This record gives sequence, C-alpha cells and structure tokens, in this order.
Amino acid sequence: MTVQQPKPSRIDWITLMLYYILVIAGLFCIYASVYKDIHPNIWDTSENYGKQLIWIGISSFVGLMILLIDEKFFYAFAYPIYGITIVMLLAVLVVGTTVNGSSSWIEIGGMRIQPAEFAKFGTALALAKFLSGYNVNYEKDRKVQIISAAILILPMLIILLQNETGSTLVFTAFILVLFREGLPGWILLVGFMLGVLAILALLIKPLYIIIGLSVLAVLFLLLVRRTTQLIWLTIGTVMVAGLMVSSIDYVFANVMQAHQRTRINVLLGKEVDIKGAGYNVQQSKIAIGSGGLWGKGFLQGTQNKFRFVPEQSTDFIFCTIGEEYGFAGSVLFVILYIYLLFRLLVMAERQRQKFNRIYGYSVVCILFFHFVINVGMTLGLMPVIGIPLPFISYGGSALLSFTILLFIFIRLDANRVNELRGAYD
Amino acid sequence: MNNFEKQRTLLIIFISVALIYIARLFYLQVVDESYVFYAQNNVLQEQTIYPARGLIYDRNGELLVYNDAIYDLSCIPDQIKNLDTLEFCRVLNMNKEEFISTFARLKRQKGYSPWKPIVFQRQITIPTYAAFQEKLFDFQGFFVEVRTDRKYKHKNAAHVMGYIGEVTDRDIEKSNGYYRMGDFIGISGVERIYEKELGGIKGTRYVLVDSKNRSQGRYKNGEFDTAAIAGKNIHLSIDQKLQALGEELMQNKMGSIVAIEPKTGEVLALVSTPTYDPNLLVGRERGNKYMELLKDKDKPLFNRPISAPYPPGSIFKIIMSLMGQQEKVLTPATSYGCHHGYLFVGCHAHGSPLALRGAIAVSCNAYFCQVYRSIINNPRYKHVEDAYNEFYKHAYSFGMGHALGIDLYGEGPGVLKKATYFDKIYGRHRWQALTTISMGIGQGELGITPLQMANATAAVANRGYYITPHIVKKINNHANPNPAFNTKHWTTIDTSYFPVVIDGMQDVIEHGTAYVARIPGIEICGKTGTAQNPHGKDHSIFFAFAPKTNPKIAIAVVVENSGFGATWAAPIASLMMEQYLTGKHDTRKALLERMLKGNLTHRNDSTATKTK
Repeated sequence: MTVQQPKPSRIDWITLMLYYILVIAGLFCIYASVYKDIHPNIWDTSENYGKQLIWIGISSFVGLMILLIDEKFFYAFAYPIYGITIVMLLAVLVVGTTVNGSSSWIEIGGMRIQPAEFAKFGTALALAKFLSGYNVNYEKDRKVQIISAAILILPMLIILLQNETGSTLVFTAFILVLFREGLPGWILLVGFMLGVLAILALLIKPLYIIIGLSVLAVLFLLLVRRTTQLIWLTIGTVMVAGLMVSSIDYVFANVMQAHQRTRINVLLGKEVDIKGAGYNVQQSKIAIGSGGLWGKGFLQGTQNKFRFVPEQSTDFIFCTIGEEYGFAGSVLFVILYIYLLFRLLVMAERQRQKFNRIYGYSVVCILFFHFVINVGMTLGLMPVIGIPLPFISYGGSALLSFTILLFIFIRLDANRVNELRGAYD
Repeated sequence: MNNFEKQRTLLIIFISVALIYIARLFYLQVVDESYVFYAQNNVLQEQTIYPARGLIYDRNGELLVYNDAIYDLSCIPDQIKNLDTLEFCRVLNMNKEEFISTFARLKRQKGYSPWKPIVFQRQITIPTYAAFQEKLFDFQGFFVEVRTDRKYKHKNAAHVMGYIGEVTDRDIEKSNGYYRMGDFIGISGVERIYEKELGGIKGTRYVLVDSKNRSQGRYKNGEFDTAAIAGKNIHLSIDQKLQALGEELMQNKMGSIVAIEPKTGEVLALVSTPTYDPNLLVGRERGNKYMELLKDKDKPLFNRPISAPYPPGSIFKIIMSLMGQQEKVLTPATSYGCHHGYLFVGCHAHGSPLALRGAIAVSCNAYFCQVYRSIINNPRYKHVEDAYNEFYKHAYSFGMGHALGIDLYGEGPGVLKKATYFDKIYGRHRWQALTTISMGIGQGELGITPLQMANATAAVANRGYYITPHIVKKINNHANPNPAFNTKHWTTIDTSYFPVVIDGMQDVIEHGTAYVARIPGIEICGKTGTAQNPHGKDHSIFFAFAPKTNPKIAIAVVVENSGFGATWAAPIASLMMEQYLTGKHDTRKALLERMLKGNLTHRNDSTATKTK
C-alpha cells in the first residue's frame, strides 16, 4: 500500500485560511496588549509577541508535517498517542513545575509545555478510535458507554490533581460529541436542568428549592393522568433533586476554597467586590466597554496597554479586541469564530468514516467550549476559568496543541475522496 | 432525533451563544457609556502644579516675605524593597517604634493605596535631606518632594503678615474642592485676607498612568493641561524701618502703636506687643509653636491694635471740642472755671478759668465735663436720648463704635453705646448728662481700639475726613483696587471748627501736657490720655499728627498699665514721628534710651485682654 499524499485541492483551504486569519489577528492583539514604546520591534523575541511569532512558525511546521503524514497513522496510533499523553500527565504530578499556582507544566530542555493541552487531541483520537471500532454501538451497548466515559474521565482526574480546574472542565465538551453519537437528548436536557438547579442552589436556600419543586410536582401530578409508576418517578425526581441541591450547598460551604466561593458569588451578583475577585472582570468589562462602536484603534487601547486588565495577553486577550476594535471588530471576530466552528461542523458531518467524524466533532466541541468560556468570562457572563482562547491567546503549548488538533482533522478531511474509493478499508 | 437534526441542534447552540455574546457586546460597548468614564478614571491622573506664592514687600519696596523650599519625604509603599530599616531610621533620626507606628498610621489614612505616593514625613530638615539624598539608592521606593513654605526676612510685623498653614476640612468645603488636603492657605493677617491674590491659581497636568500608578506620559500631548498662575506680589503700606523701631520701643511693654498716613489711610506701622517672630510659625514645628504661643499668658497672638478696646481717656476731649462747636454749645471763647475738678471728677492744678484752646493744652477735666453736659442737656433737643444720639452720631463719624474695615482679620468694633443702652439701665428719659458724665473725659461706656484712635487723629489732621485705614498699598504694582480705600469718609463736623482745636493740640506739645514729645523744627499736634481702668494702673495713651500743615503721619500709642500719657506713650509717638519724618530717631539719646530700657512687664495684667 502506498502512502496517500493529500492532493492540494482536497485540503479545506477555507479552514486553513480562517486558522491563519485568527492566528495573525492573535499576534497583533498580543503585540498591542504588551506593547511598550521601548520595545516596538515585533520580532523582539524577549517579548511575548516575538515568542508567539516563533511558536506560529513551529506550529506551521508541525501542521505541514501532519498534512504530509499518511492519514492512517492517526487511526493506527490513536491509542499510543493517548497513552503518551496520559503518561505525560502523570509525569507532571511527579516532576511538574508550578506556574501561577497550577502545577501543570513540564520543562523539557528549557521549554515549558503543558501536557493538559495535548491530552485534548490524545483523548479525541482515542475516543474516535474506540467508538469507530467493529460492532461498537454507543446507543445500545452499556459497556461501550462505560468505556467511553472512562476514556474521558481518566485524563480529567489527573488534570484535576494538577489543580487545573479550567482544563478539566474542557473535557465536558465531549458530552456534545457523545450526543452526536447517540447519547439521548434528554440527558443533555437533564444536564441543562441540573445546571439551572445548581445555580439556583447557590442563590436560594436548598429548603426553598425543595418546597418549590414539591409544589411543582404536586401540580404536575394533578394535571396529568396519574399512574403509580409516574407518581413514584415524580417523588423520586424531587428527592434526587433535593439531595443534589443540599449537597451542592454543602460542597459550596464546606469543601470549596474561599477564593472559589468568592468568584462564584461575584459572578452570581451576590457579592460586589470591585477590588478583589471582581476586579479582573470589572477591568475586563471596562476595557471592552470603553472600546465603543468603532474602538480606539491599533495600539491605542489604554486599559490593556497600561495593565489594568489582568493576563491581558493570555486569558483576557479578547479585551484587546474589544477595546481597540470596538463593537464592530468584536462582532466581526465572533462571526469569524462561529463561521470556523460552522465550517468544521459541516466538514465533520461530511465524513464517511466514523473515526473521522467523531474526531471532527471533538475538535468542534473543544474549540466551542473554549470560545464560550473564554469570551463569556471577559464579558462577565461566565465564571473566571483560566482557559485560553484558541489561536488567539499567547502561549506556545496552547497554540501548538490547538494547531495539531485542527490540522489532524484537516488531514483526515483531505482524504475523504480516497475513502469513497474504498482505499481505506 | 436523526443525525441531521443533531447537527442542526449543535448549530443552533453555536448561533445562540454568538447572538447572546453580540447582544452583551452591544450593551457594554454601545449602550452603557459608563465604561468609557471608568476607563478614563483608570488611566488619567490629575497632577497639580503649585504656583509660587506672591512675595510681600514694604512700602519702600523692601522684601519682607519670600518662599523657601521645604522637603517632604514621600514613598510608594509597593515599591519599597530591601529596605535597611536600621540605616533608614538612623538617617531620619527616628527609632524603630516610630518607624513602625508611622507606617501603621499611613495605612489607616483615607485613600491609602500601596501604589500611590504618600508623604512619609513632612518637611524634613535640610541636613536630613542632604544625608538622605546621598543614600537615596539604598532606599528604594522613597523620594523627596519639594514644596515651598514662607520665610520672613525680618521678625517684625507678625500680626500684619499673619501666617499660612495647611487647609482644614472646612476650607476645602468652602473652596468647592479647589484646595486639597495638605495645601497651604493664609490663616491670618494679610496672608488670609489676600489669599486669592497671593495664592495664585494651581495648574493641572493630565498624566496617563498604568495599573500600578506609574506615569506613562502626557495625555494627548498636554492639550488639556493648564499652567499654574503665580501669586501676585503685594506691597504693604507698612514702612519696615518704622515698624521695626516701633517694636523695639515697645519691647517689654504691652500695648499698641498705629501710624497712618492721613491723606491715604495707609497704615505705616502697626505694632502689637508682646509680639512673636513670624518665622516661628513656619515649617514642621508650626503646630507646636502655635500651641505654645496660644498658651502664653501674655497672649502674643492677640492683635491688640485692631481688636483691643481701651477707654480713650483725655484724647477724647479733642472729639468733644469738635462736637461741642458743631452742636453750637461751645465756642472757642467759652470759658469754664476749674476748682480741682467737677463734682466727683477730679482735676489737676492749672490756671482757671480757661477758654477752649487753653483747656485742651492743660487737659482740664472740669471744662470737658461742662462741655459734655451742655451737649447732652442741649435744650434744642426735647429728650436726652435725642441729644445723646447726636453725640453718638458724631463719635461714629470719626470711626468709633464700628469696625473700620481694615484689610486684616479680626478687627474689633470698640465700644460706643446707643441711647437705648442707657434707657435700659436707667429707664426712658430718666437719665441725663450727669448720669454719664465720665464719658466727657473719655471714660465710662467708651472703648476705642488703637486703630480707631489713629484713624480719629487722621480725621482731625485731614480737617474732617478719613480714608479707611489699610495695609496693602499695591497688588502686582497696581494700586489696591478696593474702592473703600480711595473714598473720603467725611465726619459730621464742619471743617471750620478744626483750626482752634488743632491749635490747642499744638499747645499740648509746645507748652502743655506733652512737652516731652516736642521735636525742634516739626510742628506736632497731639493729645495725651491717661485712661483709668478697673483692672490696674492707668493706660498711657497718646495720639498726634505732624506736621501741622499738610500732615504726613497720624499716630496713636497705647502703653498698658504704665501711668500718664506723657510718660510713655507720648515719647514713643514722638520718636516714631521723628523717624518717619526725618529718617532719624537718635537725636534725643536720653529719651530713646529711657524708652528702650523701660521694662513694664512686671506691671499687672493687661486690661485689654481682660476686657476682651
């Protein structure tokens, strides 16, 4: 069998173009956010933007390599890659370096990388390979469901031990992938309801919620045709919900750390703390809000330039877009990003191979999760969870891992014509 | 749900999120404009540029008050690193406890921020500053800020100049926020009254700062900055040499000297003793020194010449002589006999009977009791109140019984009662001249500040008018624009009644009670006064003007509890007039010596402070 080189015409150029638009835009935002008059040179590698430029080069090279590798490599080596990322995650627990309170970094020859970033595509590959196997039916087979969950939960647990709550939460994005592969919609709905209930539990005393739910249950039972089964089901639901609400309240009050409690309280509007936990969000909103309709212009954003916004080149990079390019630029950016996601969704759905499709959905969902949390956080709509904005935020590990994640899918997609010919099986 | 619907569901989720975020962006960036304001608040720092305070000169252009640099030691707490506390304390000459407590105090201050500059120690001494400057590199986070404070070239005229100090909360409130905590403001004297002129206008510079409050350059190239406008220089009407002599003559005595140029109302000297060195109320010790002065039993802070009312004693006879003539109850030829007094008012031995001019020269008590009686019991008026009100009106027109409006803070009105006052005590129509006879010789219900005395003298010297006495002659080399300082206040006495009285005043010097004050070659007109007071020995009082024609100086001197007017007040006034008119004061060595050496501090307490 010969190695199938992708023909240039089969590469999805639109996706590739969107990728470069975002990466270059990100570079300019990083440049603007750390810009100082004394270091105006964008090639200056001692500054974040210079380093990011190097990482763009590295990422482009790795991306090219991925496009040149036989697409069967990823199918064949999915498990080993997953295994390596798990080993790396475990290694961090032993030899990890602590940066900003999270011990998720590993130093290799002067370079610091964050294995948690690479675990994302490792997990995506493993999940795709497992679910695309012969006689694997996610919808019907309980065992398959359990193994899928295990594949996801293993890296989550290790990353949680590294004190990286943000990266751990990213793995919940795979629920959407499983939804596509047969996870019933009602679980998504129940999950959504549970989320609402959880937020309510933090806002209102659990006792009131239980009373409210009981009243709703009684009304429900009065309105429908009652069967014994339905009555018990309703009673059970109320009891489980009550238990959950109480335990959330207990965890919030007794297990969570003070700073986490404050963050959540600030987000829910229960606490006003402009100087403390709310400071970051307040400053972020000020930076974005002061941008106005058309923005202040490139390098004119005072809030970012003068360090009022925290982490302005990494987690809060969207503030630079908001401040310097205003509402117009922000909307353009949101549309571009959603268009990339839409494009990837279309690409994922057009795959003939289950492996390719599942992997594609994983890419879409991971990127979407990052986008929702990161941008929502700067707008004060989401809790402050430190995860980067893919392709935009400063950070070598993140850029490289997102590039690999995306380019593997571009490579798989480029081969879909060959699959038609049956060359794959 | 088929696969297409599942894809559709995800797409709907994506688009909903995008729409929610766009709506939120629209709210933050377009609808809610407060964020623009917050952003400006973040980065724009308003820095104040302090103008130099105006200088103060005397009438001859001699510099009296100037500005001196003072050094505040400030720090930015966040930038203090690797501080060698022991060395730091040694340089600043403080111990460790003080260092710790100072920091604790700073942290409690309103608006404390570790990134903002804060004054660690105000007004460090120049040697400390020098020692500190050498070690500045070792004390990261500390720096020295330069401000200016006042410095006085002479230790004279403390009560005229006043002093400056840090603004109080009330000043800040009253100024509508113009003043800020720590700014200097005039607290008394000329510094207070002319604060607007001397203070200048602060400038503002807008600077961009980063989140740590570090300067990042000018805002829009200084487009919105305003320059500071320096304070205006002021020329006082005070003659520094005359003022210095006055204070020297009054040393070890309590009392006042006020000298006025009659034609202009300009105050040439304003002496209040005991006095203090104005340089005491400067610098970091200001507060302590002020408390010391405040507690001093001699009340050096009390501005006697403008606020202490004294019974005028016999100098009031001059006013009586003019009133009598105006009321047509007295002519220059009117004679009264004197047999060592009038009823219970005693008098000394002199020839009798006397006409007006002679009575003034010898200061006959009986004569002026008669004059007072004929004014108050004037048959032209139906009631005693009406006649007394005429008396009141005349005295008032000489500037008595009300504050004259000098440009100094704390001027008192003196004491001059209305008829209703006596009505209240004795009943309506139930009193007459004899009830209040002591007023005829300047005792009783009369209180006149030395400034009012000098002003009355000026009115006599001008033959009928005075100009509101004032201290500031020129502002920025232009005449004081206050119209009151350029207006003639006419007395109620006809000009034609003055010459005989002035002749009498000249007799006082030439061969009367104040012969001691005579200066060969200068025609002086004056009147002594010896004011009884219930608290101790008589006050020695004298007022005079010279020369007789075209008077250049009108002066009033009060020396508390020192006896006859001729003993202390007249010689001092004479020396002062000589100094002002001839530029010399040492032609009469023995007299000068006696005045300078006279020490009256052992005498009993000041009346003025008690009547106050």
